[in-house]
Amino acid sequence: MNILFFYSLRNLLTRRLTTALTALGMALVVFVFASIIMLAEGLQKTLVDTGRYDNVVVIRKSAVTEVQSGIDRFQAAVVETLPEISLGIDGKRLVAKEMVVLITIEKKDSNSRANVVIRGISEASLPLRPQVKLIAGHMPRPGSFEIIVGKNIASGFRSAGLGETLVFGMRSWKVTGIFEAGSTGYSSEIWGDVNQLMPAFRRPVYSSVLLNLSKSEDFETVKSSIQNDPRLTLEAKRETVYYREQSEAMATFLRILGTSLTIIFSIGAVVGAMITMYAAVASRTGEIGTLRALGFRRTTILFAFLFESLLLGLLGGLTGLFLASFLQFLTVSTTNFQTFSELAFSFMLTPGIVVKSLIFSLMMGFAGGVLPAFRASRLNIIAALREG
Amino acid sequence: MFLKLLFRNVFRHKLRTLLTILGISVAILAFGLLRTVISAWYAGVEASSSSRLITRNAISLIFSLPVSYKEKIRSVDGVKTVSYGNWFGGIYIEEKNFFANFAIEPRSYFELYPEYVLSEEEASAFFRDRKGFVAGYKLANRFGWKIGDTVSLRGTIFPGNWDFVLRGIYRGKDKTSDDNQFFFHWDYLNETMKKTIPRRADQVGFYIVGLKNQDIAAEASVAVDKLFRNSNAETLTETEKSFQMSFVTMSEALLTVIQLVSYVIIVIIMAVVANTMAMSVRERMGEYAVFKTLGFGGRYLAFLILGESLALTAMGGLTGILFTFPAASAFGKAVGQFFPVFHVSVETILLDISAAFLVGIVAAMIPVWRVVQVRIADGLGRIG
Repeated sequence: MNILFFYSLRNLLTRRLTTALTALGMALVVFVFASIIMLAEGLQKTLVDTGRYDNVVVIRKSAVTEVQSGIDRFQAAVVETLPEISLGIDGKRLVAKEMVVLITIEKKDSNSRANVVIRGISEASLPLRPQVKLIAGHMPRPGSFEIIVGKNIASGFRSAGLGETLVFGMRSWKVTGIFEAGSTGYSSEIWGDVNQLMPAFRRPVYSSVLLNLSKSEDFETVKSSIQNDPRLTLEAKRETVYYREQSEAMATFLRILGTSLTIIFSIGAVVGAMITMYAAVASRTGEIGTLRALGFRRTTILFAFLFESLLLGLLGGLTGLFLASFLQFLTVSTTNFQTFSELAFSFMLTPGIVVKSLIFSLMMGFAGGVLPAFRASRLNIIAALREG
Repeated sequence: MFLKLLFRNVFRHKLRTLLTILGISVAILAFGLLRTVISAWYAGVEASSSSRLITRNAISLIFSLPVSYKEKIRSVDGVKTVSYGNWFGGIYIEEKNFFANFAIEPRSYFELYPEYVLSEEEASAFFRDRKGFVAGYKLANRFGWKIGDTVSLRGTIFPGNWDFVLRGIYRGKDKTSDDNQFFFHWDYLNETMKKTIPRRADQVGFYIVGLKNQDIAAEASVAVDKLFRNSNAETLTETEKSFQMSFVTMSEALLTVIQLVSYVIIVIIMAVVANTMAMSVRERMGEYAVFKTLGFGGRYLAFLILGESLALTAMGGLTGILFTFPAASAFGKAVGQFFPVFHVSVETILLDISAAFLVGIVAAMIPVWRVVQVRIADGLGRIG
């Protein structure tokens, strides 16, 4: 049995050009397959990591995003007094009234403009988001026209670097700090003092109230007390759920695109493998006859050819994954259709994707090899020997 | 003789030829679909006119402008008609039923967009009914709306449930028109806002400025923006084309990915066809050596192989192009919410043809080189 496997292996080596071309076809299919799920995974990870499980976002009922929402000062004050809100280290309640709007600013590398989230923050905004860390400069002083920018903004947009000045809302805003927030959506935001930004944009209302629960299981209580209060027209969501919902449309779009593309592409690659394997069987008819005459069984022959094809698939899969793994160094910055704002995220290779891609490539190898292998195993000994 | 030989060669291995043609047609089909997705992205740009300007708040699209700007804009030289509207962002039953819905000033809007064709009775019925709306025929078909039906949208930006009555169904004049939109009276929105959230009343999201002649677009844009410089709501005016283009560039990164992927499929199929040709040529090396012995030149053999490769890709390409049309219409139905306009353009077909041609030539290159190079004795001695 072992001999036959070496026989298959040697055959792949002998027909190097054909092997390489067939494996290349499959490698590219696996590459596309892996890269698109890596993109969807990266997008979802970015938005899921943005939220914390015990944080609650309060926005206006039926508004889907903070940008669409509006909460007037009175309603915000009611939410602020909820007893379930936890206390920070300084003894102050962890609740932040924020304003979120979009501004259009110019990108660095091209002349195109993008919508960027600008968030008016209060004192508790930073402690509520431990993943956000200032890496350069200082926080905006309350009452000043100072802003801090996420690191994707600082690197991707014009005049958004440390010490530079952005002009919007009829005022100039000095960038006094750059913050880093890992692979979360905050890295693509601009932050400033809410009490300065609200008058600058002439918006008398907040967009959202973010609060931290002292006990995570209190969420249902908070939710029902907000929804049942006749003074409030608001809705409470866990922060994780809120951000997951925002990535859904785009992740679904990417997944549909990825799946339909790979299905179509894999037909091409399977056809390639089939051609190669049929040719391999045809040119080795005589050898197969000899093997059968020596006493190798039909099933052994079948497995030998199937193994050859699976090996071809595996080779393609590994090459494709190898190529795709380099994509992890890339960051994609694009507009999330749902929030209409710029979001940077990167390709993410997870063990799950590796396994999926390899299974997929083996399946392609199997689909391409199964029919030729059957043909090989069903050859008549005498006829095969005569032909060879 | 040449052609006869060529076609005999093509069909020598029927199964292999069939598989290769199948592979090529699938690849060309996929390539065509991807190209159509890309052009669907640009549909808004295609459909826009350069004699229309869009004026919006300079901060970003989510900020509004006072309705009082209308008369000021109209006073700018060369401006013929001014219309205005708001992106309403309403949801019909569920979020996944997405379609574009706008509150507009109906008379001037339909004057500015003659490509949305509405029958006279329907237009006047719509103009008279403040709670009326008109929908594109594709949208009406999608949800089975009939004239006189009441449709309710849930506001995301403007809170509440809003009821509308269907008064007309418009049809786009040409293929690039978006027949998936929903228009209702801006007055209805404004009157309701006056009652519920007075600070948001008398605000419009954008102005559409119709020009007398498109050559003055640049000057007129500057003139409009100059009117409102240093006011509480500064404006940004650009042609409709560049406004639509700004939406396309927002998702530039995704577009680039799709573009790259569409080239990858061509490379994949190149590998498959090159493999087929390499195998066929290797098997026939002895025959080619005989040809050489008989005095046929390298060029003759090269054309024979190139012709075979091109014949394969031509057949595959043709099948692929034929299947692109039904596939695109099925796909267009499935993704109607993302791409309101989805049709295969002539340009796509031309790209398909050139891709197939390119694959045919590249795939034949290595085999041709081998055959031309091989010495007669080596060729004859070789075992397939």
